[in-house]
Amino acid sequence: MSHTEQYNFSKTALRGLRDAAFAGVIALIVFGPMNGLILDGYGLDFHLDRPFLMAGIVALGRFLLTLSGCLPAVRQLRERLMDFSHRGVTVEQPGDSQVRWKVLILLTIITGLCAPFLVSKYWLTILILALIYVLLGLGLNIVVGFAGLLDLGFVAFYAVGAYVIALGAQYWGLGFWTAIPVAAVLAALAGCILAFPVLRMHGDYLAIVTLGFGEIIRLVLNNWLDFTGGPNGVRAPSPTLFGLEFTRKAKEGGIPFHEYFGLEYSSFYKYLLIYLVLFVIVVALTLFVHRLRNMPMGRAWEALRENEIACRSLGINHVTVKLSAFMMGAMTAGIGGVFFASYQGFVNPTSFTFFESALILAIVVLGGMGSIVGVIIAAFVFTLVPEMLREFADYRVLVFGVVMVLMMIWRPRGLLQIRRKAFKRPRPVYTRPGEAQPLHAASAGQSL
Amino acid sequence: MDFHILFQQLVNGLTLGSVYGLIAVGYTMVYGIIGMINFAHGDIYMISAYLAAIFMALLFSFGLDSVPLVIVCTLMITMAITAVYGWSIEHVAYRPLRNSTRLAPLISAIGVSLILQNYAQISQGAGTQSVPTLIEGALRFGDDNAFFQITYMQMMIIAVSAVSMGALTFLIQRTAYGRKCRATQQDRTMASILGINTDFTISSVFVIGAIMAAIAGMLVTLTYGSFDFYVGFIVGIKAFTAAVLGGIGSLPGAMLGGLILGLSESLFSGFINTDYKDVFAFSILVLVMIFKPSGLLGKPLVEKV
Repeated sequence: MSHTEQYNFSKTALRGLRDAAFAGVIALIVFGPMNGLILDGYGLDFHLDRPFLMAGIVALGRFLLTLSGCLPAVRQLRERLMDFSHRGVTVEQPGDSQVRWKVLILLTIITGLCAPFLVSKYWLTILILALIYVLLGLGLNIVVGFAGLLDLGFVAFYAVGAYVIALGAQYWGLGFWTAIPVAAVLAALAGCILAFPVLRMHGDYLAIVTLGFGEIIRLVLNNWLDFTGGPNGVRAPSPTLFGLEFTRKAKEGGIPFHEYFGLEYSSFYKYLLIYLVLFVIVVALTLFVHRLRNMPMGRAWEALRENEIACRSLGINHVTVKLSAFMMGAMTAGIGGVFFASYQGFVNPTSFTFFESALILAIVVLGGMGSIVGVIIAAFVFTLVPEMLREFADYRVLVFGVVMVLMMIWRPRGLLQIRRKAFKRPRPVYTRPGEAQPLHAASAGQSL
Repeated sequence: MDFHILFQQLVNGLTLGSVYGLIAVGYTMVYGIIGMINFAHGDIYMISAYLAAIFMALLFSFGLDSVPLVIVCTLMITMAITAVYGWSIEHVAYRPLRNSTRLAPLISAIGVSLILQNYAQISQGAGTQSVPTLIEGALRFGDDNAFFQITYMQMMIIAVSAVSMGALTFLIQRTAYGRKCRATQQDRTMASILGINTDFTISSVFVIGAIMAAIAGMLVTLTYGSFDFYVGFIVGIKAFTAAVLGGIGSLPGAMLGGLILGLSESLFSGFINTDYKDVFAFSILVLVMIFKPSGLLGKPLVEKV
């Protein structure tokens, strides 16, 4: 280490110590009363060691952060991170790693189909929940990630789907299979109704209005006792397979699934059916959304996200574009709601609070807004990891919050970079001077 | 129509409206200066309720038994610590995002809101907390069958809100600091060229918002006597509704919006339906946003390219 470097280092270390001491004092003020003095009735329990411990951790962290700025490797890493997050979308080379992706997708599908036979019933239910969140994440990803419309009331459409099957079964005898398309249509309709008034708004205003709508729907579900059962909820029907029921004893005239096939009764089969149907829908929808991204509609969504004014001056109808994004997202959430209700066997409004919307948003944010693979992975991470770390269950929400803040600071565009395929024109549009073709012939050839 | 019920609801509405106004100030000032919705503001209010209860209990356990002294001391300490909360949250979660994408600050604020709620839940327990009633009694009007009353606590809320709103208006309109604030609000780049420390100004706006929320949190805690880690959400959205109703970015608008929202909400719950009073408040939010996004006293929003 040369003389000047040493001087710089000691200067940085000194500055780091000063900053760390300051951060420690602030942390002591912030954490002191909340962590050190615990309310117990009208009195207090004293736990003065806790705030000091936390302040110590904060100060140490602050010091290490300053110190690590001196190391060239860390500085390089930080620069790369920053650079990366500002780069936006990369365009792949044509024909780049196509085969690898196809193999990967095929492997994922095979693993997904085999998974329920390898795990216990408990983990199967967790997997169903994870897939429901994948569905919700995909839906919100269309609205937030592609179209850039921050929808904080997304859970309302989820609720619409769940209540369509529950109330539909109660009042109109709707079954599981009919409920899926009905819920999709009704949720899309709800999305359309919601989208019309909010189309003129931008950014944060839209977020708050959708939040208001979401809360209104939840409160109505909670207070309209005669129709929805209020906080007591409604029973939702289980799925049937060609008329075979999954209950222990069938209703009059029906045959239970296990008797028909001569099996021992287990609720495992019900979950297995839900899982397989859900899995097929998730895969289909993933491919659908992926294709949609490359279509004019998907491109219009992303263009709108990047710059609405420029988009409108280029002649894109922002009304239809926003409307389609809202309806697509809502439809996906509605389908998710049907599966959720059927899997739980029961719905009530506590499943559709703002927190749920925030959780789905956290999934989309972690996955990287606009990245389909990222969202799927994030949905699995956010549902499976809390199950594995049961003892830290209390800290779940805290982690979601921290993830959202950190992601916004370091990687506002998500962990995985958004890639889009480049397209080659099927034949060159230019012609060499020697082999000039008549213009109409070339265009006729292309339109075939 | 029963006039004593009407008057009672007006008194209740005025009290509620003052509280909404106090919290709405935080939303409106922050939106005015950096154009972000500080989604975590409601949770700052929630934290201040906890702090108020903690320090009241602490002061009583030290043997302080003069109620006014305890209230004043608690109010001061709560304001100070909540101000530190406001400052550090701005520093950690919002400042790095000054030049980020459009949605980033709002998403970060939602994250902070989740963190604060969960933090209160982990550190103080998930149950409902309570504080003793310190100020009892009321002024009663009318005979025994048909009367309405103003409790001393309600009087205190209205008085304290009026005083703090007055002080804030003076600070913004008449002092050198207020001039810097208004300059930063109008044009941040130009203000910083002219030698105003805009970073400091923005931080200070968060601090002021937190202090006002702390006053509201303390007063409401004393009135209702109970709270939990979830109180900030609904109150926050309602206060935001008040800010939007009055015209976001406008200080008198926040107070006006708070009063209108408080009055209409308590009239609605008094005469029409209590169960749907939250739905009513949210509907106002949605309707104002759709039909008059600039609010009553705000300037119309013009999007610049």
